[in-house]
Amino acid sequence: MKTPKKCLIGLVVGLVFTLASCGLEQASAGAPPGEATIGVGSMYEPQNLDNAGGGGQGATEALTGNVYEGLFRLTDEGRVENLLAESHTVSPDGLTYTFRIRDGVTFHSGAPLTPDDVAHSIRRVTAAASTSSRRGTLDMIESIAGSGRDTVVVKLSSRSISFVYNLSQVWIVNDAHEDLSASEDGTGPYRLGTWKRGSSLSLDRFDGYWGRKAANARVVFRYFTDASALNNALLTGAVDVVTGMQSPDALALFDGDPGYRISNGKSTTKLLLAFNNRRAPFDRMLVRRAVSSAIDERKLLDSIWNGYGSMIGSMVPPTDPWYEDLTHVNPYDVELARRQLAEAGYPRGFTFTLDTPTYDPHPTVAAFVKSELAKIGITVEINMVTADEWYTKVYRNHDFTATLQEHVNDRDVRWYGDPGFYWGYDNPQVAREVKRAERAGTVEEQTALLRKVGRRIAEDAASNWLFLYPQIVIGSSGVSGYPVNGLNAQFYVYDIVKR
Amino acid sequence: MLPYLLRRTLLLAASLLLASAVLFVLLRLLPGDPANALLSVGATPEQIAAVRREIGSDRPLTEQFLSWLGRMAVLDLGTSFVSDLPVGPEISARLVVTVPLTLLAFTVSLLVAVPVGFVAAHRPRSWYGALLNGVSQLGVAVPVFWIGMLLATVFSLHLRWLPAGGFPQDDWADPAGALASLALPVATVALVMSASLIRYVRSAALDVLDSDYLRTARALGCSLPGAMWRHGLRNAAVPVVSVLGLELATTFLGAVVVESVFALPGLGSMLVRAFAQHDYPVIQGVLVVGTLAVLLAGLLADTAQRIIDPRLRDTAGGGRW
Repeated sequence: MKTPKKCLIGLVVGLVFTLASCGLEQASAGAPPGEATIGVGSMYEPQNLDNAGGGGQGATEALTGNVYEGLFRLTDEGRVENLLAESHTVSPDGLTYTFRIRDGVTFHSGAPLTPDDVAHSIRRVTAAASTSSRRGTLDMIESIAGSGRDTVVVKLSSRSISFVYNLSQVWIVNDAHEDLSASEDGTGPYRLGTWKRGSSLSLDRFDGYWGRKAANARVVFRYFTDASALNNALLTGAVDVVTGMQSPDALALFDGDPGYRISNGKSTTKLLLAFNNRRAPFDRMLVRRAVSSAIDERKLLDSIWNGYGSMIGSMVPPTDPWYEDLTHVNPYDVELARRQLAEAGYPRGFTFTLDTPTYDPHPTVAAFVKSELAKIGITVEINMVTADEWYTKVYRNHDFTATLQEHVNDRDVRWYGDPGFYWGYDNPQVAREVKRAERAGTVEEQTALLRKVGRRIAEDAASNWLFLYPQIVIGSSGVSGYPVNGLNAQFYVYDIVKR
Repeated sequence: MLPYLLRRTLLLAASLLLASAVLFVLLRLLPGDPANALLSVGATPEQIAAVRREIGSDRPLTEQFLSWLGRMAVLDLGTSFVSDLPVGPEISARLVVTVPLTLLAFTVSLLVAVPVGFVAAHRPRSWYGALLNGVSQLGVAVPVFWIGMLLATVFSLHLRWLPAGGFPQDDWADPAGALASLALPVATVALVMSASLIRYVRSAALDVLDSDYLRTARALGCSLPGAMWRHGLRNAAVPVVSVLGLELATTFLGAVVVESVFALPGLGSMLVRAFAQHDYPVIQGVLVVGTLAVLLAGLLADTAQRIIDPRLRDTAGGGRW
């Protein structure tokens, strides 16, 4: 009796494995160039397919530039260039923008692109029901009107130097298309293949594309919630490229292996030790500066990212036009920190609570901050909060003394001009400069003003900018043409080729 | 039998209702507001208020519960807070992963646990009896995700036999691919499950081996396998079947972990994600479906037990429950 049963088990197990290995998916290694399927691994699955309706970072990553296009394109280097706009003019008072739309563009459904589509697309983002994070940046729009066959005129209530840049983040959609949350109708080089929720999303090359055709036939985004599963997928060739690697430990697997290439791009994600500037003791500039000088950010960065990433002395990342190196403003100097603390009236230090998001790398950073500040007599009590609690307690109710948080967006130094923002930094001069910068007549003027803002908040130590995350993309060595910076979570896939 | 089934079905409906209510209240006790998960940095108070109005989190709890119950009665599980897409269709799309995963793991673990359990019971003090016992204890102690990662490292990264994760885009239209994707997850869950199942089978078999009727059967000239087959198996099955219903629930829990490790688009990964986002309609939908499955499995196990064991049927004229 034993023997036949054992045989049976052996048979079943064997059968499963044989069947299974037959089905083992091989990436399309043999496909001719131009016909390849590219696998992209990511931790950011779209919530739905609408970036103005809660699609989140995942919708931007998979669809911006690939399925949907804007009037302008933000390139991977941070330049803004014409895309669906052929050209545009601005009135001398800076309040009227006239866009000429490219001729011969059709949506994937076959409908031609019209000025009404453009007007509809911008209104979708500025509408009251929109949950788009871009909504606030476009609230100076007074009216949008299509005129003629190829012209759109937008009137603003106040000057907005970033208007064209902000438009690069607005998808142009077919105004006749009803449901954008589960289907698409864009103008990009790919159309949506299938979206298998929880697992993958595929893009198929659109042969009726108006511009240069995509260099590959198909792209499949595969989504993971577990970093080691993502690494395994790259190691087994199930994906060719991994966007925005968030697991520093995993780098060791690929570092030095000639089969893979690690690119260290420029990110816009800053990790902040954000003080509540309204509340003692952080309402005192000297206290904030002392804390900033007491923390060895280089050591922190090395221990978390093992040499990747960079230090910043202010809120402005290097890809923003108004960046300057401000790491010297509050240098790491424990003696200086002690003196500043004594001068501020806290020679024996104090105790404060640090609200710390529960997800990586915040808990590690909190422990590091705690041990660094102990050196100057400050006791840190770490209070773990979920992302959700953080929004309610810190962000909305301003009920905190200090917190850790990552800020992902580019060009977001402007928040220091808003005294109502969660960190409560209230400097009328900065607020004025931020406002003037947005209403500036030229980019040079805007840049000069925001550079001043960056320096001023550093001198005030409005927050402590711990470090700038690295932007790491890992690809198989046979794959090239992918973006390395991925600004604003974009990931253009149309130039990716596989040898 | 029929009145019994009827009573049990009513009881099942009542349990489901009670479970839904408990679930609903417990979810609302979690700190935080789902509206926060929907909005990005820079959202105005008006935007937050508008979102809360839209998803109904500003209404009284009883009102929210009753309207949810009402919709559930017509099999409408509502719309996700986060994606604004209906919950029901997504659950059915994910069942094509979780149901095969659970059933396959369940079957494999039965196929492993029954013979191994009997062998381990046959000579409990022999070296293989002790070994099997030890291995099954170890299996109970080791966490599921660790076994999953270990199997992925061996069979995917080193041997390259099986994919390390994911599921074919066109589901079961590619049966070999789908089976390949499920092979390691199934093996993972089955390993953990059979480890505990072996222990139940072993102790049930030990009881049977010690029994008078088996000794009598042997005395009458039956071989041990023959006596086990005719008299032992059925008696040993009674306690084992009763734990099977519970084991099915454990398999589902295992699937939650395993689906993350192997990037499978099943109910488990859907649940994990929904929890992270406070997406109440999705959490409720998945848990109600899961509760229903567990209750059904319990009903099935109890019914099977009555079929196997006539003593249960005959007590008190038709049986109590």
